[in-house]
Amino acid sequence: MTVLRQTGEKKSTRDGYGEALLRLGEADSRIVALDADLPSSTRTAKFGQKFPERFFNVGIAEQNLYSVAAGLAACGKIPFASTFAVFATERALNQIKQCVAYPALNVKIVTSHSGFSASGDGASHQTLIDIALMRSLPNMTVVVPADAVQTEQAIAAAAAHEGPVYVRLGKTEVPILFEPHMDFRIGKTITIRRGSAVTVLVTGILLGEAIAAASLAEQEGIETELINIHTIKPIDGEAIVQSARKTGYVITVEEHSIIGGLGSVTAEVLAEHHPVPLTRIGVRDAFGESGDIEELYEKHGLTAKQILESIRLAVRSKQ
Amino acid sequence: MGTENTIKELENHARSVRRHIVRMIHDSGTAGHYGGSLSCVEILCCLYFGWMRHRPGDPEWDERDRLVLSKGHAAPALYAVLAEAGYFLVEQLGSFKRLGGILQGHPDMKLTPGVDMSTGSLGQGLSVALGMALAGKLDRKNYRVYALLGDGELDEGSVWEAAMAASHYRVDNLTAIVDRNNLQISGPTESFMRLEPLKKKWEAFGWEVIEVDGHRIGQILQALGTTDRVSGRPGLIIARTIKGKGIRFMENKKECHSCALTEEQFEEVMRELESG
Repeated sequence: MTVLRQTGEKKSTRDGYGEALLRLGEADSRIVALDADLPSSTRTAKFGQKFPERFFNVGIAEQNLYSVAAGLAACGKIPFASTFAVFATERALNQIKQCVAYPALNVKIVTSHSGFSASGDGASHQTLIDIALMRSLPNMTVVVPADAVQTEQAIAAAAAHEGPVYVRLGKTEVPILFEPHMDFRIGKTITIRRGSAVTVLVTGILLGEAIAAASLAEQEGIETELINIHTIKPIDGEAIVQSARKTGYVITVEEHSIIGGLGSVTAEVLAEHHPVPLTRIGVRDAFGESGDIEELYEKHGLTAKQILESIRLAVRSKQ
Repeated sequence: MGTENTIKELENHARSVRRHIVRMIHDSGTAGHYGGSLSCVEILCCLYFGWMRHRPGDPEWDERDRLVLSKGHAAPALYAVLAEAGYFLVEQLGSFKRLGGILQGHPDMKLTPGVDMSTGSLGQGLSVALGMALAGKLDRKNYRVYALLGDGELDEGSVWEAAMAASHYRVDNLTAIVDRNNLQISGPTESFMRLEPLKKKWEAFGWEVIEVDGHRIGQILQALGTTDRVSGRPGLIIARTIKGKGIRFMENKKECHSCALTEEQFEEVMRELESG
């Protein structure tokens, strides 16, 4: 069981990135950062101010961004290349495949504004398929941090990891839940609370919603097992199966399409190793749209209340 | 630039490399990219046998000059040159495109000793070369980076992203070479997507541009020398070439972009190349 911070302090995962990158840059001169005209949004700006000679803002040119990063990596640098998640993974997908994933070069693709977090800007600036795209690339590791502290850990782990890593970040301010001293290992889950009624797997910044849902369920006498999946690839299949064996029902929660994300990877793991009923909470094959982030979460069923409803239904279906 | 002897030696390499290319593609049992491989033979021979600092016995040598074959479909030419240089045995050319071999249809840096970047999807190599050049500047290394581009490849918008960026960052340790054979799969580049005035375009992007006959060793070496000496901006060599160069019935034919030879044609071509 993990003891979480409960100060109510809020911070975006991208802010965690900006600080982590700066610290890494101070510790290791091989770290370089690249951006495509969005350093103030992705938070690479701090690094750029401190290390201008190691910072390349290539302008609005995402294809060039990831191929240049690959060239830097081929010569021993550890490039962190950032832009909005949509422009990195959708526009530069072929560059990421050809220049980064295929030759397994040491490029870190760290993106902001994933999911709905470019809320007002609508579908063109949101991506709900980036996890699906990145996890289908061989050699790619995919990490989706849940808060600013976990982001800092993920960024440090990504730098230490030899090979391509995709780190998916958001703009939305979310509660700080983790403590910096907590264990973070790529490919390992974190159990937030134990229970035997139903398993809830959650990735990314919806962790706070899932925790709230589990607390509400507890008041109704439902013991939820809540597991944070910060690494989508490689997936910790063993932990998922172990929990599924215990509870017999799994719910996944993600700010992403249910096609290709955490819901899909969980379905794959369960179908192959221990089939149990599964509810996938996520965006149901739709594009993003403009709106307040709370409204968007509500419309697409991603709030604590709606997760609670799925928990209730799961428990009822077991009886 | 280049003594008579150097030029003779490089011409011999070019003859030998052409034979390797034809045999390699023919032996692969499938259609292959004869045209664009044969057009850049002299360019690659000048780089690997007369210009670049590299160590076939130590492919990962940190100080080496790098080549990014952005027109990755000319892999047969690169493989032939690397084998001839001693990165691997010439006999291994027979494994081209074979499952489990070290020679993929397009270059793979993880599989083939001497290949500095995995390429094949067009329009990306110049960006990668720029990244390598920037790393060299950061580390204050003396290596140079070369990128070989096809002319049809210049249709890709990402090439121009890289062209703008290389000039912006003033990388003078980068030389790009365009294999200007005037043909892409559909036919003449100028009929399908006009590139001219090509020299003016690159100059407008801030590059030092030199035009040469891409089959004349002396001219290529001289241009490499000139672009190496340019300070404060990248260099571009427009190498005017003939697609399918060296095989008479292929020269300047769009069909030779990717094609297969009959046994009779193969025998005839090899005889022609032996005597040439």
